[in-house]
Amino acid sequence: MTGEIGQLALCLALALSFVQSVAGLIGVRSTQARAIANSSALGMFVFTVLAFGALEYAFITSDFSIVVVANNSHTLKPMIYKVTGVWGNHEGSMLLWVLVLSIYSAGIALLKRGGEELTSAALGVQGLLAAAFFLFILLTSNPFLRLDPMPFEGAGLNPLLQDRGLAFHPPVLYTGYVGLSATFAYAAAALITGDIDRLWARAARPFMLIAWIALTIGIAGGSWWAYYDLGWGGFWFWDPVENASLMPWLVGTALLHSALATERTGAFRVWTLLLSIMAFSLSLIGTFLVRSGVVTSVHAFASDPARGVFILLILFLAIGGALSLFAWRAPKLASGSAFQPASRETTLLINNVLLVTALAVVFIGTIYPIVLAAMGTRISVGAPYYELFFAPLFLALMIVLPFGPRLNWRRGDLKDALRTLYPAMGAAAVAMIAVLAFVSPRTVAGAGSFAVAAWVIGASIVDIVRVLRGRAVAIAAFAAALAHAGLGITLMGIAGTTLWRSEALEVLGPGETMHIAGYDLTLDGVTVANGPNYQALRATLEVGSGGEHLGTMTPERRMFPAEGQEAVQTAIRTTGFSDLYLALGDNRGQGRWTIRAYVNPLAPFIWFGAGLMALGGLASLWGRVRAMFFTRDTSPVVEPA
Amino acid sequence: MTPKKRRRLAFAIALVVAGAGAAGLVVYALKDNVLYFYSPSDVQTKHIAAGVAFRIGGLVEKNSVHHGHGAGVDFVVTDGKARVPVTFEGVLPALFREGQGVVAMGRLNDARVFDASEVLAKHDERYMPPDVVDALKRSGRWKEGQ
Repeated sequence: MTGEIGQLALCLALALSFVQSVAGLIGVRSTQARAIANSSALGMFVFTVLAFGALEYAFITSDFSIVVVANNSHTLKPMIYKVTGVWGNHEGSMLLWVLVLSIYSAGIALLKRGGEELTSAALGVQGLLAAAFFLFILLTSNPFLRLDPMPFEGAGLNPLLQDRGLAFHPPVLYTGYVGLSATFAYAAAALITGDIDRLWARAARPFMLIAWIALTIGIAGGSWWAYYDLGWGGFWFWDPVENASLMPWLVGTALLHSALATERTGAFRVWTLLLSIMAFSLSLIGTFLVRSGVVTSVHAFASDPARGVFILLILFLAIGGALSLFAWRAPKLASGSAFQPASRETTLLINNVLLVTALAVVFIGTIYPIVLAAMGTRISVGAPYYELFFAPLFLALMIVLPFGPRLNWRRGDLKDALRTLYPAMGAAAVAMIAVLAFVSPRTVAGAGSFAVAAWVIGASIVDIVRVLRGRAVAIAAFAAALAHAGLGITLMGIAGTTLWRSEALEVLGPGETMHIAGYDLTLDGVTVANGPNYQALRATLEVGSGGEHLGTMTPERRMFPAEGQEAVQTAIRTTGFSDLYLALGDNRGQGRWTIRAYVNPLAPFIWFGAGLMALGGLASLWGRVRAMFFTRDTSPVVEPA
Repeated sequence: MTPKKRRRLAFAIALVVAGAGAAGLVVYALKDNVLYFYSPSDVQTKHIAAGVAFRIGGLVEKNSVHHGHGAGVDFVVTDGKARVPVTFEGVLPALFREGQGVVAMGRLNDARVFDASEVLAKHDERYMPPDVVDALKRSGRWKEGQ
């Protein structure tokens, strides 16, 4: 029964998405059509929620008459993984995708930002996207297919996915990916209505911010998962799947900045439109790469070629359609307003050039091996390629960054800006000297990164102090300062772990001790422990430092009998400034085991900084929400960033 | 040419030069940082020089795994036609088994032994790394449904 309800709800949502797209596009000219588009957006939302609820119910009640549930669930699976297991497979994750899309559609319909006509056109575009994905689900990845005869037991969920992170990572990342569809819809709507002035950028801003915040959290969360679940001690592997999420983030970040200029002074109008189209296109490309099985990873659920071709088709129609619209309308756009070399626009321009270059680097590094593989040569592009470009690009970005908030729009005063940056320069010098004097090995890269990080963080602190003294537009400046400080802190974390990590690999018997970076690790032994649906080999190690006992750590290897798979569970002990990281290796006989240990200095800073960036985004969003609901909108152009 | 047109031309030229420069840099960087994938047969026939980093994929030969020196391990990767000895210092992946697919990253040393810096095995019982499938297909050892 549940299956049929879900199936029916999906079909109705598909029908409504068609109505929404047609009515929305006609609604640019007609009031009645507008009303229809609005109510279909809300109806689509309701039916998508219903379909999702039906699948959720099937998972919770272990209804193995549904193929997806039988293939990906198990009665013995803990409840949290039954609930989150809904999106731990291809069909369910696509359902989550359209659920998020319909939430954004409903948001656009309810908030009506940018006026009736713009909203209507945006709903039309969103309806087209929704229709494409509902068709995709119903034709190639129906989550409600029946299985006859019904098996007694399900096949279980990949143990790598049996992690609390699965509860958050996909919904958050989809909120980011799909959120860019709202920005895309507004950009296309602006091109359709011909109203390409500042209005649409301001209308799309809250959606842009939500998408960016979610992407930031999603990427940081994914990297944290890789850090503690893979047992390799690293946090970023330049894996195609990671790159697929990084690319929309890079463009999204560029967009967030250029839209600011468009909104305030009308500068970069054309460029901002193009970035909006690019950002969502990259989300789609990411979905294609990740879901089609072109690259293999824990994310590649599907290897059905029909699905890959279908997503590719959606990709071409969306990108092609948007770019044709752009080519048709762009020549009519008036050129943007002029600005002096020393102005905020210039710093935003530099920001955009550098971020888009970084995007190009990631794009080529990700696509090139796929193209070559199609021609029969298998290669992989390693981290050194990316590092070669990212180091100078982000270095330049962060040197210019503190000038942005200090220069006025159109015409700024460089000398004035420099004067307020003296404390930041001092911080940079101190950081550089401290790193050169006290940290070994002594590296130029280390000194450089810490100087730049201190420069950005110092400038952000100056900004926050200025806000607290009431000398700047409060929330906008505060939000920017938080996000920028976060970037500086993340850089410190990345530099710290990559440059000064210690690593040790030893075979230990019971009572034997290994040493790493001032820690003494003594193996007590390896015992068998039982989890809810797995059996673990658990090593118990006593951690000491200079004769003092600090605690016990228990890295594990877990065997999941239902799935016939094994996963490592690392043990991490953090001081907030440095991580001691242990992974259990192979059995070497006679109670001896390989133990891999890392000390990763400043590793927690990576995620702490990302959290600050997201907080900065939230602060900015709060400023918008406050302007939307709590103040009378007298002067629309002076909303905070 | 009006000053405005001249400025536009200069901008266009600058853009082309910058674009070409960036493309050149990327190609140059890619050339040095790309890892090729070879099967054991490739390693034999292509005479790959010692010290060149690449990835190798195939099956772990039966009875070839020896835990010796410290945390090190030796094994042989084969595709049925050729065999390459591998030495590795590190933690083997959970599903590393004799007779199963494996991908290793590293370089040949002077003794023609592959010194691996990273070893990857399949994630689960059903999954085989595509590189290994490819290598097995090329050596004719691939059975459908494997």
